[in-house]
Amino acid sequence: MEKAMIEVIKPGLATSVQDLGRSGYQQLGMVVAGAMDHFALQVGNILVGNRRNAAGLEVVLMGPKLKFLKDTVIAICGADLSPAVDGTPIQLWKSYSLYAGQTLSFGKPVTGTYAYIAVSGGIQTPEIMGSRSTYVKAKIGGLNGEYLVKGDRLPTGDPIMKSSGRVLPSRLVPDYDKQRNIRVILGPDAKAFTKQGIRTFLTGTYKKSSQTDRMGTRLIGPEITHANEADIISDATFPGAIQVPANGQPIILLADRQPTGGYTRIATVITEDISRAAQIQPGKELTFEAVTLEFAQELYICRERLLKWLSIAGREVHP
Amino acid sequence: MIEMVKAMFEISLYGDRGIRIQLGTTISKKTNERIRNFSALLEKESISGIIEWIPAYTALSIYYDPLLIPYDSLKNRMESLYEKLSLVALPPPIITEIPVYYGEEYGPDLGFVAEHNGLTTDEVIDIHTSSNYLIYMMGFSPGFPYLGGMSKKIATPRLISPRANVPAGAVGIAGAQTGIYSMESPGGWQIIGRTPLKLYHPLRHQPILLRSGDYIRFSSITKTEFEEIEIAVSRGTYQPNVIQHEGE
Repeated sequence: MEKAMIEVIKPGLATSVQDLGRSGYQQLGMVVAGAMDHFALQVGNILVGNRRNAAGLEVVLMGPKLKFLKDTVIAICGADLSPAVDGTPIQLWKSYSLYAGQTLSFGKPVTGTYAYIAVSGGIQTPEIMGSRSTYVKAKIGGLNGEYLVKGDRLPTGDPIMKSSGRVLPSRLVPDYDKQRNIRVILGPDAKAFTKQGIRTFLTGTYKKSSQTDRMGTRLIGPEITHANEADIISDATFPGAIQVPANGQPIILLADRQPTGGYTRIATVITEDISRAAQIQPGKELTFEAVTLEFAQELYICRERLLKWLSIAGREVHP
Repeated sequence: MIEMVKAMFEISLYGDRGIRIQLGTTISKKTNERIRNFSALLEKESISGIIEWIPAYTALSIYYDPLLIPYDSLKNRMESLYEKLSLVALPPPIITEIPVYYGEEYGPDLGFVAEHNGLTTDEVIDIHTSSNYLIYMMGFSPGFPYLGGMSKKIATPRLISPRANVPAGAVGIAGAQTGIYSMESPGGWQIIGRTPLKLYHPLRHQPILLRSGDYIRFSSITKTEFEEIEIAVSRGTYQPNVIQHEGE
């Protein structure tokens, strides 16, 4: 059976197939991978009628040029990387109908780092260990475990929606340039730091280094002091865990983090803020703020309810 | 002593979707056994809202969905699970031989490890190849074994700033631990040699070579042997030497 397809005219910097990740295998050492910004991918999927965890394309700073070989509905969410259809700019957080033969391209990065192309019916590359997410270092997911290359043809499912024009209410659209305060829960290794070290971490301003990738983002700023050692007996790493090696410079662990690591973890970014922490562009600054578990979980629960509500509302109020 | 070990059960927060259960403070077979038993209990109970867990040397960290299981209930469930913690029979272990070419361009930090411990490089190799190492857990990257049993005589701290790229097969030391990189990745271990074996190979029938609970042993090989094994591995004809572990 012929499937709707996308042809890669230009691959972009590091465009990859991502869903919400390969969870459940971390104890075998398998990396979770998945979208760097879960919120943007999920909203994109909702706008085109997909399940929230359907696979889309993750675009990093310099976007690809793609030709759509069949009629479909798409939405671009996340970073503003100046998307355009046949050269005409399109809006973010909004679904559009595309006709066979039309091309989607990207221009100048404006805000944020990662944009997501959601396609109605989802990207249908083979599923490995319950996920289509690309993890290049282990050569799995996507097409042959690699970033897109020129000439790739991506299979997609049959479009679920025929109509377009759905939008995310503007009050829910994140602003990656303005919202640069990242909330954290201290620990699990907060005791490994001096009081001054914790204070430095919570009051200092940290710049995102250019050494930033899907695994994590290195920060440059005031040196965080350890009480004793910077090394721990290797232990689990969760999304948003902030490691501080002996050089006192924090590293936020993200989608492609290793399941275990050996540096002290001063704090963990709350789920609500992980997407924003990933989206802030290299060279920009951010700050940290400690919050309680109750507060963080309330935000998490509100966001989950919002996403559920958007999926349901989208089905009922069919434009 | 037993009571002291039993008393180690500490639950701490790990972000808004994680908890960390500490079951020991040092790398020991006893703690590892408790963690593996706790892991077996979690498997058996299959608690709704627990997405997955990562067993490590001294702790087990649980990733959960607070929409499905509130923190307080999760904490209570873990406390009652702890009460049930008892020994689980484990399958008899095997020892897999890992051939290693030590030093030179494959082991850039061998000299530093020797110097740090007041040894010659040959003495470091002799010590490193003379133990059986228990695979305490898998992690860090697909197929990476965390090994116990290294002699303290060759313990060396991690690099102050991690390297951007360490190749697959690199054999390293970090503090009192030794390990093998299963794929190219950034890392801060002191690299003393390299094995031509592939611990992770997604297209192989068994993508992950090693299993936790088993043992490995390192053997020192020449550059020529390294190249021969490397070719056999790439052709899929290499069978690592495996022997039964005789027990304590």
